[in-house]
Parts: sequence; structure tokens; C-alpha cells
Amino acid sequence: MKLRNILAVLIASAALTACGGGEKAADKAKEAATETATKVTETVKEKVTEKVKEVVKGKSAADTKVGFVYVGPVGDHGWSYEHDQSRQALEKALGVKTTFVESVPEGADAERVITQLANDGNDVIFTTSFGYMNPTLKVAKKFPNVRFEHATGYKRADNVSTYSARFYEGRAILGTIAGKMTKSNIIGYIGSFPIPEVIRGIDAMTIAARKVNPNVKVKVVWVNSWFDPGKEGDAAKALIDQGADIITQHTDSPAPLQVAEKRGVYAFGQASDMKSFAPTKQLTSIIDNWSDYYIARTKAAIDGSWKSTDTWDGIKAGMVVMAPYGDAVPADVREMADKVKASIVDGSFHPFQGPIKNQKGELVVKEGETLGDGDLAKLNWYVEGVEGSIPK
Amino acid sequence: MDILIAAILTIITAATPLLFAALGELVTEKSGVLNLGIEGMMIMGAIIGFFTVHQTDSAFIAIIASMIAGALTATIFAILVLKFHASQVPTGLALTIFGIGLSALIGQSMIGVAYEGIPKIAIPGLSSIPVIGDIFFNQDGLVYFSIFMVVATMWFLNKTRAGLILRAVGDSHDAAHAMGYSVIKIRFLATLFGGAMAGVGGAYLSLAYSPLWVEGMTAGRGWIALALVVFASWRVGRVLLGAYLFGGITILQLHAQALGIAVPSQIMSMLPYLATILVLVIISRDKSKIKLNSPASLGKAFHPSR
Repeated sequence: MKLRNILAVLIASAALTACGGGEKAADKAKEAATETATKVTETVKEKVTEKVKEVVKGKSAADTKVGFVYVGPVGDHGWSYEHDQSRQALEKALGVKTTFVESVPEGADAERVITQLANDGNDVIFTTSFGYMNPTLKVAKKFPNVRFEHATGYKRADNVSTYSARFYEGRAILGTIAGKMTKSNIIGYIGSFPIPEVIRGIDAMTIAARKVNPNVKVKVVWVNSWFDPGKEGDAAKALIDQGADIITQHTDSPAPLQVAEKRGVYAFGQASDMKSFAPTKQLTSIIDNWSDYYIARTKAAIDGSWKSTDTWDGIKAGMVVMAPYGDAVPADVREMADKVKASIVDGSFHPFQGPIKNQKGELVVKEGETLGDGDLAKLNWYVEGVEGSIPK
Repeated sequence: MDILIAAILTIITAATPLLFAALGELVTEKSGVLNLGIEGMMIMGAIIGFFTVHQTDSAFIAIIASMIAGALTATIFAILVLKFHASQVPTGLALTIFGIGLSALIGQSMIGVAYEGIPKIAIPGLSSIPVIGDIFFNQDGLVYFSIFMVVATMWFLNKTRAGLILRAVGDSHDAAHAMGYSVIKIRFLATLFGGAMAGVGGAYLSLAYSPLWVEGMTAGRGWIALALVVFASWRVGRVLLGAYLFGGITILQLHAQALGIAVPSQIMSMLPYLATILVLVIISRDKSKIKLNSPASLGKAFHPSR
């Protein structure tokens, strides 16, 4: 009986050692990143690094500890991967000590992990998934001197900030390209969960696509997972079988791009540059870049200027970056997409500016008006051109 | 019609990994060993298969390697459970966690690497028959292999002496021991077979289904395979049926969504498990039915000295 218990513990600890691939993991991931990361991201990171180094002059930075909680594995090549890239950029830029815990389920486990990180003396803790919202707030109450940063949430406290990226700005650019390049006028969209964040992306893309091509229809398939390569690939196949000739996704694995490459239709990458999976078919990709934010917030914590804030930045602030266009994108489409990007950056255009009609054809946002951040944050309806209904 | 054929083709690819893993687990369970580590063995097969195909450029060697990887992972379980009498349930769970972790470690250099997928083998003549030719006779080698394994396993369990002994060990290890059969050895081999099948199921994911490597790419399929064995009430034929049914539900709901038919996709994701619970309830009502199929010594440790 005793022997059996000891063995069970042995296996479990072996498993844990394997899970925390640690430094080696970080190194290898770094190598992989240099290959895939775009020049755009690189230059932005370098510029910020220089600036920050001037300001900090490396005094108490070395004593500062920053913790990260990821919802997926750092090797997902998507959401968690990009957070980890930014963590590495932060470490490089400021010389702070960082720790991360990957694949933390949203819920009770998250609370335990965040508490552990706070107990370990981390000064700033970034919790990088929507479902960590309540655990983060709960732990924050017990550790008033630790600064917490919660991604994509909406609840704040004196020591809890929230941050997110306006990915829909990137979606508008995807929509412009898709609208110009589709032949069947059907765009396939693979959704994860019907939450405002995802619906915002679908709507922004549809509006932009129909602006350049009023005949475009968007078919949405929900896979009820952020990460299931097999199912995501199947969804892509189903959409292609039903006539979609451009595939875009709000899930995290590169499987749909691989299907697109094989079936000869175009696709967009998600969260990171996925060109290696669809070398001729990836048109562009929305890349998350949290580096600037992580560096700025950690710096604020070091020099004492940290305050609880709500950040929602987009292309202009460099939080949303577009991967280089694929070779298949013709010059006139590139020009058009660049124009949309420039007008978003200078503020002359907003992806949700009227007139916007809903699925029934009713005018919801009038010409000259724009959906405000409050409405966008809880967006729960499809615009005209999206097929099907939102699962309830 | 084209959509229907396309859907059926996708169903086959979705069902094959489940079929492999469930078939292996069925044989393991028939010998009286409950191995909950399918997910861990599958993912080891997935990474080793993917890794090998990149080193050797040979899908065949990769598939063999994935089977060995699955079997080796199962060996750890078998030694702990059969030699040291560790409790099967926690050891199996630990094996899953172990496999996911170790595969992530091995797979570090494979992130972001693409593979074009194992080639399809068209059977000359038959594959040119309209409709059924594409569905039945123009698949990749692993699909044919999965069907072959179904038939082979059915024959082995029901028609051979060795199969009878394996079932005897699973039903009453004491009686089998008294008859002079080596319970431990037979269970060891059955567990290895389960591991090898889970390994090749995992390799199907990383080599054919979505030919890439990402951490945790099995995404719960090992658990569905486990449920499938119960759903099939330990019958080989029903495992085949169940795998295609479970695969079919997933694919059809995706197609229904793309067609704009409102199906609550969350419920569809639950269906395999709901169906399993339902089957459990039905067979539990009738004790004779359980006795017929469920291995009586399932999950019980065997001490030959006793």
C-alpha cells in the first residue's frame, strides 16, 4: 500500500518536471521566434528596448520580479506563445526576473497559481486570460502591495489593471483584403466561443469586406474550444466544402491554415505569424504584441508611478501588428489595406463607424456615428452579411 | 452530393484516431487492466511520429516509431501497476499528465514545423468507382490499417485460444492463475498493445489529421476513446460503429453550422459523453448484460502469491 502511494507521487513529480521545461524551453522558443517573428515586431521591440534602457538605468530593476499566468502551453504558436514572446522581451529590456506558469485552467486552479506567484514575491503579476478575472481580483485583495494586470477583463481594483488589444482593427484590414480577393464571395470564419471579443472580430471583418465587395457573405462555425487542432481543421474543411474560398479564424492553432494550403484556398493567421503552415496561402496575420505594454507597466511599478488603469490599444500603439502580406496579395489590394491601416492609425476611420445594419437589415448605427467602446465591449449581434445566428 | 461525400471523407479522418485508441484500450481492459493514460500514450505517439517523420522522411518508420513510443509509455504504466501493484486509476491519470509534459519537452524544436501529411493510397481499379471509390478506396494507409486491426482484433478475441485466455484473465484472474496461465505476462502484453494502438492513433493526428505538432494537440481524444470502450460495452464491432458515430456527430454539426442551421454546438460537443452515460445506465440495469461483456476483474490488482 505504502509503496503504491510513493510510486504515484514519483510519477506525478516526474510529470511535473517534464511540464516545467524551464530555461531550456525558453531558449528553444526564442530560437523558433527569431525565425518566424516578423521584421515589424522586431523593430518595434528594439526601439522600445533602447528607450527603456535609457530611462531605467538598471537600478532596482534586477530586484523586481514579474509573474505570468498562461491559459495554454507556450508552444501553442498562438495566444500564449505571443504572451511569452513579450515576457522574454520584457526580461531582455529591463533585466527583471520573470516566471511563468503555463496551461493553467480558468477557475479554482488559477487562484491557487496566482496566490503562489504572489507568495513568491512577484511585484507585478500578469494574468493573461479572460477567465482569470475573478481569481485575480480575489488574490489581489489579499496582496495589496502586489500589482496585478488582467488581460481582456473588465473588473478592476486599486491594485488590478486591465488591458486588451483592439484586434478588431486588424480584422477590418483582413476584411478589406478578403473582400477584394474572394471569388466565391463566401468567407469562412472559425469561431471559438460566442463572446463579445469574438463577435466583434466577425462583425468588423464583415463590415470591412462588404465595404469593398457588397456581395460578400460570412459563414461562421463555432468549435467551442480555443485550441483543438483537429476540430479547427475539420471546421475549415466544412467551410471550404460549402464554398468558402477564404478562411479566417478566432482559434489558436495553425491547423486551419494547413487545411487551406492543402485545399488551395486563402487564409489568415491568428495571434502570431503562421506563414510556415501556409507558405503560399497566408495573406497576412494579426500578431499580438504585448511587449511595449509589459515593459511600460513593469517600469511604472519600478519607479512607483503604477496606477490602476484600463488599457485598450490597437494598431496605433503597436499592440496589434500585421504580418507582412503574402505573395498572393496583389499590389492594388495591398495599397487598399495599407490605406485602411493608415486611416485607423490617424483616427480618420473607425471599423465600427456607421452606417451599420444588423442581420435583419435594420440600420443600427447611423451615418456619421460610431459604436462606442461601451457598446463594443458587450457586442452581441451580427451585422448584415453574416449568416446564421449566434449560439445562445 | 459533393458536400455529403466531403463530409463522409472528413468523418473517416475524425473517427480513425478514436478507433485506434479505443481498440487498444478495449484489449487492455479485456485483460482486466484499466489504463486511463490513453491521452498520454496518444500524445507520445503523436510527437514521436512527427519527430521521426522529420528525421527520416519516411511515414512508415514514423508510424512504427509512434507505436513503439506508445508501447514504451504503456510499459511504465504496466510495470507500476502489474509489478508494484500501484492503483490503476491514479497511475493512469499520472501517465496522462506525464505524457503531455514529456511530449511538450520533446516537441520544443517541432513547434512551427509543417509536414504535408502522409500520402493517400488509391487502390487501383476500385478507387475509380464513382462516390464509393473516393470514400472507401482512396484513403491513407492508416485508415485501411485501422479497419484491418478491427477485423484482426475481433478474430483474435473471439476465435483464437490466446484471445480466450486473455478474456479469462480479465474475467477471473484467480481462476486463470490456477489454470497455470501467467496473468501478469498476459496483462503486460495487453497493456503494451493498448499503448501501441494509442500511439498510432496519436500519430494519425500529427501525421494525417492535422499534420503539425502543437502541445496538447490530442485535445481530449484519449478520454473520448475511453468513453467509447464503455459505450461499445467492450465489443469490437461496436467500437467501430461508435468511433464513426462520435466522429460523425462532430463533423456533421460543423457542416450544419456552416449551412446556417442553428445547432447548439455545445450540446453536440457533449453528445459522446452523454451517449456513454446513457449506455452505462442501460447496461447497468441488466446485470446479465454487464456480466456478458464487462471484464469482471477490470481494475483489480492481482497478487499471484495470494
